[in-house]
Amino acid sequence: MQAALNRALAETLAEDPRAVVLGEDVGRLGGVFRITDGLQQRFGADRVFDTPLAESGILGMSVGLAMAGFHPIPEVQFDGFAYPAVNQIVTQLARMNYRSRGTMPMPVTLRVPSFGGIRAPEHHGESLEALFAHVPGLKVVSPSSPHEAYHLLKHAAAVPDPVIFMEPKSRYWQKGDVFLDDAGPMEGAKVVRPGKHVTLVAWGAMVARCLSVAELAAEDGIEVEVLDLRWLKPIDAEGLAASVARTRRAVVVHEAPLTSGLGAEVAALITERCFDTLRAPVGRVTGFDVPYPSGDLEDEYIPNIDRILFGIQRVLEYRRG
Amino acid sequence: MDNNLQPAALSAEELRELYRLVTAVRQLDLAAIAWQRQGIIPGYAPELGQEAAQVGSAFAMDPEHDFVFPTYREMGVALTMGVDMTAYMSTHKASWHGGLYNPVQTRLAPIQAVVGGSVLHAVGWAHGQTLAGNPGVALTYFGDGASSQGDVHEAMNFAGVLKAPVIFFVQNNGWAISLPTEAQVAGGTVAARAAGYGMKAITVDGNDAAAVVLATREAAAHARAGHGPVLIEAMTYRRGPHSTSDDPGRYRSLAEERRDEGADPVQLLADRLLADGIADDAFLDTALQDAKTNADAVREGVMALGPRPGREMFDFVFAEPTEALKAQARAWREESEHV
Ligand SMILES: Cc1ncc(C[n+]2csc(CCOP(=O)(O)OP(=O)(O)O)c2C)c(N)n1
Repeated sequence: MQAALNRALAETLAEDPRAVVLGEDVGRLGGVFRITDGLQQRFGADRVFDTPLAESGILGMSVGLAMAGFHPIPEVQFDGFAYPAVNQIVTQLARMNYRSRGTMPMPVTLRVPSFGGIRAPEHHGESLEALFAHVPGLKVVSPSSPHEAYHLLKHAAAVPDPVIFMEPKSRYWQKGDVFLDDAGPMEGAKVVRPGKHVTLVAWGAMVARCLSVAELAAEDGIEVEVLDLRWLKPIDAEGLAASVARTRRAVVVHEAPLTSGLGAEVAALITERCFDTLRAPVGRVTGFDVPYPSGDLEDEYIPNIDRILFGIQRVLEYRRG
Repeated sequence: MDNNLQPAALSAEELRELYRLVTAVRQLDLAAIAWQRQGIIPGYAPELGQEAAQVGSAFAMDPEHDFVFPTYREMGVALTMGVDMTAYMSTHKASWHGGLYNPVQTRLAPIQAVVGGSVLHAVGWAHGQTLAGNPGVALTYFGDGASSQGDVHEAMNFAGVLKAPVIFFVQNNGWAISLPTEAQVAGGTVAARAAGYGMKAITVDGNDAAAVVLATREAAAHARAGHGPVLIEAMTYRRGPHSTSDDPGRYRSLAEERRDEGADPVQLLADRLLADGIADDAFLDTALQDAKTNADAVREGVMALGPRPGREMFDFVFAEPTEALKAQARAWREESEHV
């Protein structure tokens, strides 16, 4: 996935003369995850530049660059360090198009290495999707595979609105084919494994885990459909409904804490559209309402295969009371 | 410092134009306070005493190349830049956040309510000029209170490192609502901080419009020549309340106000024009009458502003609206818009 993201950035810089990449250590180092590897050498320090260590500064500067007609692609080094930038993201980036009555659009793609799974110290693994998806004026997307990473990043960089691009950092070193000529639709959710008994809704790193779960469940004759939501704002409500209309049961899986997480939004959308066909309340298998734990406890926190299987069992065995 | 960056003195016609502008700002500002009392607008942030700082700084900018980033108190800047003042005042009428004027055409970014919020934008915009090879300079306004914000420090550091062509224009009016500068700014002045960011600083009498023009022209020449950002601290005094809902009697006395307020910027310029034989009483009278006429016209414009159509609420959230938002707009129309 790292190579796919790197290639997407290189092609974006080559094709869009207004694109600029900025952030901490993105230049000579190529970023701590090497996503921007070699880009400064290739495109020069005007197009790919290191900023001082200040996240609000990076995002505020990106707003100004967008006002000047550029397409900034800022990076914050780790998800937990997006918090210092939240002020500029929420009060400025997300609102400038609105405030200026459409005269100052904000084609800014913020890359955020996201979620846990790499046994990192505090603030190096967080799930901020609900925070950003709740903010009017922001769009949020998360790729689940190298193919999606490549195409979705190029697509996000061409969207004329601010996009928070959440890269599942535990999947950076995952290998996989990228079909360069066949992107498939870039909007909406995607059925990545068809099944007829239950829909698992996931995004980012959880998609691969749900695919593993589906393999295991198949051994017991349970056919699990896995839906990669991809866009967390806007959520593809029709795609969700179409899948659940077939399976009539759904479990949403995310790493973020349960309370007020995106699982609640997904459940509400499914309930609104599929109430009559649903055989069970929408299930949720999520992180807990605790700070993202450090490495040793991470496996207890991130939905694992067993917890997801239990989640599936609960909706399959649900009986009306 | 490059001596050739020193701006030439102002011409007589420039000084007369400055006087027309500060007078227009003074009258419109007083009028807006009255409109609030009359219930025409719900609130307003007055700038009595800051006319010279605002007019002088904006007067120095090149509206073809430069770009200006205001706060919520830059009415005088807007007027000097030729912004449609009814569209500007619409924000105080609660019609639209940011104003109904076109910021791209007028070179004045939308009105900003987050203190320090747009200071970083100025740095980004200015660095964009460097990248594009354009000669533009960004001028960003903030107060002594806003200078406490982390974003302002980040902006100064970014600008210093990038040598971005930015003018950080501090209107130090002595107060941030009820907190005086000495309780707000460690070290006593904002200008003193520039040295820490490797930045040129200019302290100027913010009551003296001509001095502010010259300081800002000097700063703009410095930035345009690629020498990096400049911080200007214009020493002013906020004579009235912070906003129309403020009560300065709770934090300072009338005696203190009289002691601290310094020269009135409009009077100061009038005295100078008369003393130098650049203007006579008839000129000053005409300027005042024109200013009142202008304020009346803006009043008519503001009164005529109807409420914004509710559907506009949905229009500018995204450049490419989402289906979900379009559905919400449709539902809102069905449920709320009785036509
Ligand atoms: C981030 C933020 N915090 C608080 C406020 C509320 N507030 C509005 S104006 C103000 C004081 C600002 O003082 P200063 O920057 O000196 O500017 P002045 O109003 O004196 O021109 C405060 C606290 C705000 N608008 N933004």
